[in-house]
Amino acid sequence: MRYGMAIDTKKCVGCSDCVVACQTENNIEHGYARDWITETVNGIYPSMELEFRSERCNHCANTPCVRTCPTGASHIIEGGIVKVTHDECIGCGSCIQSCPYDARYTHSEGYVDKCTFCDHRVANGQDPACVSVCPTYCMYFGDLDDKNSEVSKIVATRKWKVLAPEAGTKPQIFYLT
Amino acid sequence: MREELIISGRMNLNIDPVLHVWHWQIPLYLFLGGLAAGVLFFAALYFIKNESEKYSTAVKVAPIIAPFAIVIGLIALLLDLKHPLYFWQLYTTIRLESPMSWGAWVLMLIMPLSIIWVATYLKEVFPKIELQNGYFAKLFSFILKPVENNEVNWGWKFKWLSDFEILMIEYRKPLAWAILISSVILGVYTGILLSAFNARPLWNNAILGPLFLVSGLSTGAASIMWLSKSHEEQKLFSQIDILLITVELFFIIHLFMGFLAGPQVQIEAASLFWGGEFTIYFGLFVVVLGLIMPGIFEIMELKGYRVHRAIPAILIIFGGLLFRFVMVEAGQITRYLY
Repeated sequence: MRYGMAIDTKKCVGCSDCVVACQTENNIEHGYARDWITETVNGIYPSMELEFRSERCNHCANTPCVRTCPTGASHIIEGGIVKVTHDECIGCGSCIQSCPYDARYTHSEGYVDKCTFCDHRVANGQDPACVSVCPTYCMYFGDLDDKNSEVSKIVATRKWKVLAPEAGTKPQIFYLT
Repeated sequence: MREELIISGRMNLNIDPVLHVWHWQIPLYLFLGGLAAGVLFFAALYFIKNESEKYSTAVKVAPIIAPFAIVIGLIALLLDLKHPLYFWQLYTTIRLESPMSWGAWVLMLIMPLSIIWVATYLKEVFPKIELQNGYFAKLFSFILKPVENNEVNWGWKFKWLSDFEILMIEYRKPLAWAILISSVILGVYTGILLSAFNARPLWNNAILGPLFLVSGLSTGAASIMWLSKSHEEQKLFSQIDILLITVELFFIIHLFMGFLAGPQVQIEAASLFWGGEFTIYFGLFVVVLGLIMPGIFEIMELKGYRVHRAIPAILIIFGGLLFRFVMVEAGQITRYLY
């Protein structure tokens, strides 16, 4: 079981509903964001191209953050979801230094926090909050190991890219281009 | 043109706009760890070679720096932790794939070893301690035996402590081997720690570990050269320092060759030091003042010119400290994305 996401950049309008939904669902402190929208503009007027991406922790298959954690607070649960055990985290910041996507941040209470793929919702068979509220339905979440899941079919049939593949992390969020 | 921006207004503390989670505490600790590793390495090495009388400062006096450096370094690390009350979690597990875990355990090992090493030589280094004068007496009376006059050598108050001292003196050779190996691990892991972060292109190269080890040994040798009162010892450590400086310069050249032959992000990381904001810090303070000039002064000294050995020693020590500050600051600026 390997959870992952496919995000259709052709349909994303950059509305940031996913950002607000995540902050609401997970009671995130004011001033912090576990996911964000990146806008890429290419070209010179009038030949320009625009892309929006909703980014978050990629729950990589070759996680540098889990590897470098000295206490084991950063760990991987069923489905490849990367989580942090708050009481084991010492706040050293190694995982933050290891993440090429800047997905992690230090919570004001001292431990390190990040996107959890809403594992509390996933355990109940629901999608993460961001996926559920997207108004253009451009986000897909599911089991990449299951050939029949929507995500697997989309990743198999559409062109996609991942962020910073050269960092060697094997991210599991696929941006459909 | 290509422009990439975060438009949802993310401003996570210490992550945006530029990553800055590690502040002065980390480079200070890296320096102190390297210094302690250097001093302990030479102490153990010259003891094992049976030259502890010939090079008595290296074996007996200089290691006194090590426990203090390690303690101050550990306090700095504790201050850096954001969840400090849970620091003990570091010692509930050992994770072989995490250099930070190795470091935690090596420090736990080397701390008592260095204190025992220093304590067994205390009677030789400080043969007369005035115990009847109030200040010193009150401070150490819980552990030192009171003496009638200050001609007689002092002793430990508790018999088990004296017995332990005799036991440790007997086992100095295994202790020296343990210190030799753990000091090398201490010196090299500080660089391996940084090189394990593959998201920071400036750090993610294989030569950083050996570079930090050589830099640590060089600061240790410089301290020994400065503290020493024997001409022969000063000369030896001056020569060792010249060798280490040369090796360090070669490693720095290799570091940059590696960057320039690496991916785009590493070329950009190298350009921080070659025309970028860290050019003066690195080029002038670390390379010229911290390595080349002390090397020249030491060569001149060996050829007979009178250069007081404190000058190259201080330059090398500050060069080592600044090198770590520059690497930690610059490394956090380098990134893969945006």
